[in-house]
Amino acid sequence: MLEPLQEPFMQRALAEVILVGVAGGALGCWVVFYGFSYAAESLAHSLFPGLVIASIAGIPLLLGATPAIVVAALAIALSARIAGVGREAAVAVVVTTMFGLGVLLALSPQSPPGIETLLFGDVFGATDADLATAAGFAVLAIVALRLLHGRLLVAGFDRGAARSLGVSPAFADAALLILLAAGTVVAVQGLGNLLVVAVFVGPAAAARQLSERMLPMMALAAGLAVLAGVGGLYLSYYAGTAGGASVALAIVAVYLLSLPLGQLRRSRRAFAPAEVTIA
Amino acid sequence: MQPDVLIEATGLSAGYDGTPAISGVEFSLSAGQTLALLGPNGGGKTTLLRALLGELRPIEGTLQVGARCGAVPQTERSRLDYPVSALDVATMGTLPRLPWWRRPGRHEREAARSELERVGLGALAEQTFGRLSGGQRQRVLIARALVQDAGVLLLDEPFSGLDRPSAEGLEALIDELAQEGRAVVIATHDLEQARACDLVLCINKSQIACGQPERVLGDLEVLEATYGGAIVEIPGAEGRAILPPHHHHH
Repeated sequence: MLEPLQEPFMQRALAEVILVGVAGGALGCWVVFYGFSYAAESLAHSLFPGLVIASIAGIPLLLGATPAIVVAALAIALSARIAGVGREAAVAVVVTTMFGLGVLLALSPQSPPGIETLLFGDVFGATDADLATAAGFAVLAIVALRLLHGRLLVAGFDRGAARSLGVSPAFADAALLILLAAGTVVAVQGLGNLLVVAVFVGPAAAARQLSERMLPMMALAAGLAVLAGVGGLYLSYYAGTAGGASVALAIVAVYLLSLPLGQLRRSRRAFAPAEVTIA
Repeated sequence: MQPDVLIEATGLSAGYDGTPAISGVEFSLSAGQTLALLGPNGGGKTTLLRALLGELRPIEGTLQVGARCGAVPQTERSRLDYPVSALDVATMGTLPRLPWWRRPGRHEREAARSELERVGLGALAEQTFGRLSGGQRQRVLIARALVQDAGVLLLDEPFSGLDRPSAEGLEALIDELAQEGRAVVIATHDLEQARACDLVLCINKSQIACGQPERVLGDLEVLEATYGGAIVEIPGAEGRAILPPHHHHH
């Protein structure tokens, strides 16, 4: 069990999945309740051309991913305003365009070998800079979620009445999408373009089966994300499977395990003695 | 406005993008009074509630509201799968008075708990909102408005989906809250509930009538203009019993 921990690359990979797991799991609960799972997937795919350009130019991936995600977000916001184009259709068109552009660039002769790590991630290649970015994001996400908790809770609960409680639903959406975009840019290094959505959706969906309060659910999702991340890395180390894919599969396994547990929890509640009832 | 008048509308039109959805609205409501807002779906009840909340500005006329408004939406519109307790929901009413970076703390939760007790739900404060009955959820949302310290309560179809005893209990609570000096506006489809209010306002794009229930609800022409031609007179019923055309739920 401890042997892999001797390896510096494994230590860095563990630090990466712990940092990304804590922030991604907690943030993911909001992503799930705001119905942003599709947005999460879309953001990840649409930053692909940015990753490819960064990799061709030999600059840090973050510097390519950030402008790409901003372009994608603006394109989605603008095209959703065209009459007759709904938000879903706008997202689909923009994402396919961006991803297609990325593939076009990736298959050009100039692109360096190993471009597939952009798609599937390279969690064992985490550099010190990657870890520092992940730590920065974890702190940002936790502070922001702490400050915005009450407002996010109101706008997600009942958008219609949110304004009368002094909360703008558009502000809550924007704050969450910005955090989600930042998280995607950070986590894409380790998990890759195709798998990064797993960390924002899987642990949160699993925690939702097991908890009925937001804060415990966020803590649980963070814990499950870390558990799946560490489990995935060990699987990868011993079975020789790809790192990012192993983590993503471990997350799926956690979710699948949560389903019968959630069922069990609900049926227990159903048999619990009746509580006080008032009309 | 006279001192105890909490809402005064004169020649009010309101709507979206400059196009009025309601017009000619004219009424005043004092502290302690309840007003039933009757009208068909799409007739402008929600538009009037939103104007009262200050979300829509008058296109014509004036609307003065002399107290804070607390919105009590239909509980089917809120999410029943949401991970919050009754207390969490009531505590949301403290947000407007907190600076944006502050999360409600012990003091705020205590205030919310005492309003839950006020509406008879003290024992269920820790229960998950989605597990409560329809009537209990409605009470939680009323508690949230009380936490906001609302002098005007705006209830949107509070009785829909409630069984008779729950509806009666809720009606009694609404009366108590009005007697404590609040003005209460109730958008409803239920003519029986409307009869129990101090005033009835009928609206169908424009105001049809406003006045005491005996006068407004006793006038078949008013009800026809409000609900269109689809009014049924029940033969053999005492007086004139009238069914609005959309009593069923969507």
